[in-house]
Amino acid sequence: MGLETFLFIIVGAVAVAAAAGMLFSKSGIHSALFLVLNLACVAVFYLMLSAPFMAMVQITVYAGAIMVLFLFVIMLLGSERIDLGLTDRRLGFQTPAAFALAVLFIVVVAAAVLTGQIPAPQPVNDVQATTHGGPGEVGAVLYTRYLLPFEMVAVLLLAATIGAVVLARDVIPTKRSQRAQMGRIRELRQMITTIETEAASAPGADGEGAEEEAAAPAPAAPAGE
Amino acid sequence: MELPTLQDLNLAVTLPSMGLALWACVVLAVGLFLPERRRHWNLVLSLGGIVALFLYNLTLFDLPADRQSAFLGMYRADNFTAFVNLIALVTAFFGVLMAYEYLKRTHIDRGEYYPLLLISTSGAMLMGASGDLAVLFVALELLSIPLYIMSGLRRPNAASEESALKYFLLGAFSSAFLVYGVALVYGAAGSTDLSEIFHRVNAGLILDQGLLLAGAGLMLVGLGFKVAAVPFHMWTPDVYQGAPTAVTGYMSVGAKLGGFAGLLRVFIVALPAVSGAGDATGWQDTIALIAALTMILGNVVAIAQRDVKRMLGYSSIAHAGYILMGAAAAGSPDVRDFAVSASLFYLLAYAFTNLGAFAVTVAIEKDDATNPQLDDFNGLSKTRPVLALAMALFMLSLTGIPPTAGVVGKFFLFQAAVNAGMVWLALIGVITSVVSAFYYLRIVVNMYLREGPGEAQAQRSFLGVAVGLAAVGTFVLGVAPVLFLDLAQRAVLVALGG
Repeated sequence: MGLETFLFIIVGAVAVAAAAGMLFSKSGIHSALFLVLNLACVAVFYLMLSAPFMAMVQITVYAGAIMVLFLFVIMLLGSERIDLGLTDRRLGFQTPAAFALAVLFIVVVAAAVLTGQIPAPQPVNDVQATTHGGPGEVGAVLYTRYLLPFEMVAVLLLAATIGAVVLARDVIPTKRSQRAQMGRIRELRQMITTIETEAASAPGADGEGAEEEAAAPAPAAPAGE
Repeated sequence: MELPTLQDLNLAVTLPSMGLALWACVVLAVGLFLPERRRHWNLVLSLGGIVALFLYNLTLFDLPADRQSAFLGMYRADNFTAFVNLIALVTAFFGVLMAYEYLKRTHIDRGEYYPLLLISTSGAMLMGASGDLAVLFVALELLSIPLYIMSGLRRPNAASEESALKYFLLGAFSSAFLVYGVALVYGAAGSTDLSEIFHRVNAGLILDQGLLLAGAGLMLVGLGFKVAAVPFHMWTPDVYQGAPTAVTGYMSVGAKLGGFAGLLRVFIVALPAVSGAGDATGWQDTIALIAALTMILGNVVAIAQRDVKRMLGYSSIAHAGYILMGAAAAGSPDVRDFAVSASLFYLLAYAFTNLGAFAVTVAIEKDDATNPQLDDFNGLSKTRPVLALAMALFMLSLTGIPPTAGVVGKFFLFQAAVNAGMVWLALIGVITSVVSAFYYLRIVVNMYLREGPGEAQAQRSFLGVAVGLAAVGTFVLGVAPVLFLDLAQRAVLVALGG
């Protein structure tokens, strides 16, 4: 048994265990961390397949950026303790169905490999290892043949950024609307003072009604900031 | 590694779409610094860019063969692209013009609307120009993502949020179908280049016929979702109803244009040789069946709608069916060129007519942005006679009654279907057109024969210009179709090289 096979068995076992851990852990944070481990194992697979660039991208983009984002979202939503939905009877059928499909998939792939439908991978020689999948090669293709899609993706990311701003931020009040709002607040304050003076002059009345009115429009004003 | 020179990239011919995306960045950057009383510069800059690129695009018809390819074959600058650009820029023009006053008076005046619209338009144009499946996919996203955002512009209004979320989730789902299809086609043909796929399929150099068919089918699902073809239409009425009306108007044409441009480009350039019965290609019957279902369901369900935007949503499904009829007819080699030009002409006619109808809907919408109902058209001929006349023209055009663009477009599409030997499909088209008269003409009846509240709303000048231009376009295309038919007929889709 060569070193590579040995390494593959170990990393593969960790990857499978991490995937299982992700599925079965009750805490959202733990699930996300298990997924990081799983993605890191996949990155090692890429290294073993002589694709160092893919491996690094896998680490930085998936295990790094995307998973950090995941963790942030889980934290912000305060959903560390996830209800796995197993109590929801309508979705209860999904677990056995997913399990059956996964088994079926493994059987099909195994049958295809054993009957020779999928050819066994050829060992990669040193020349291929240096001409395929390195950052230089990926970059050369990306900036020549795939230049147009690359530029389009840049615009796409811009559109997505604009979208995040549009959908996440409230409209900043313009000067005119601010002025109008300030005017309205001033009117309300005047009304309140007149009501209060009237209430004070009237014997036995307290100013509670007026205070309530005063409280209502107040939070509306700074909400746009 | 050989580096491509600037001549190889041939940037000049890509200017309509890539230039529009670039201009969107300019509009965005300028828009950030505009104080409120200078907000009209958003409108001026956007329209200026669109008009300039429209004029430039007119010079891109009939380019010499060596200039028809850009970005190393990723971008095709043939007459088809130029015509799609033409329709897309017209759509963007109306989309900007319709929105300006509407966004202001319904208090969702976000400067981001304009760059998003321009980016979306460039996506639609690139779908038509794609020479590679990678470009097609990115262009589809470029078209869609701004539309998702624009649907949700009236946040935190629940209907608008529902519209955006529904569109986004289902859109992402359909994109997955498209990408899966692209992957399978690549697996079968060993290339994502459309011309290359064509040659390999033609020469029988594909790995597996089943893989190719599955890939083509999944791509049809993804693109069918974009054009709202039955049975992938479920999102349409809800999204159309919830999105701000000006956005719905733009979306109803822009998304459909992109979807059809991509559909025709892929299926006619790359996959015509997928074997089917007789001379026709393998996908002809499938698309014909989808076209028939789409025409029937869209037109029948539209009858039951009271909400104008919902009704126009189902109407847009029905029109997708008519254009799909052209796409199906293009599956027969003899009819192919005619069917493509008929589809393009119909898209142009549909653009003017539908954008006009939406501009009128925007005009009668109240300031509180409640959705207009059919009864809101009551008595419009008394209060706003010109607007009512224009709306009547649009409704006649959507039905297919002369002298309008719609009737000419439908005539060409029916002719293409008959020439392709699909008389049954043309018959369904004619019958459903008659059915559609019921709900289109109901608006005309409401405007002219019913009494309304009798209160005239404020005139809206920019919207008036939009309605007027759309009416002129609808009328001119109906009376003198030759002007544009000639251009459409020069748009021929073929694979490069031999």
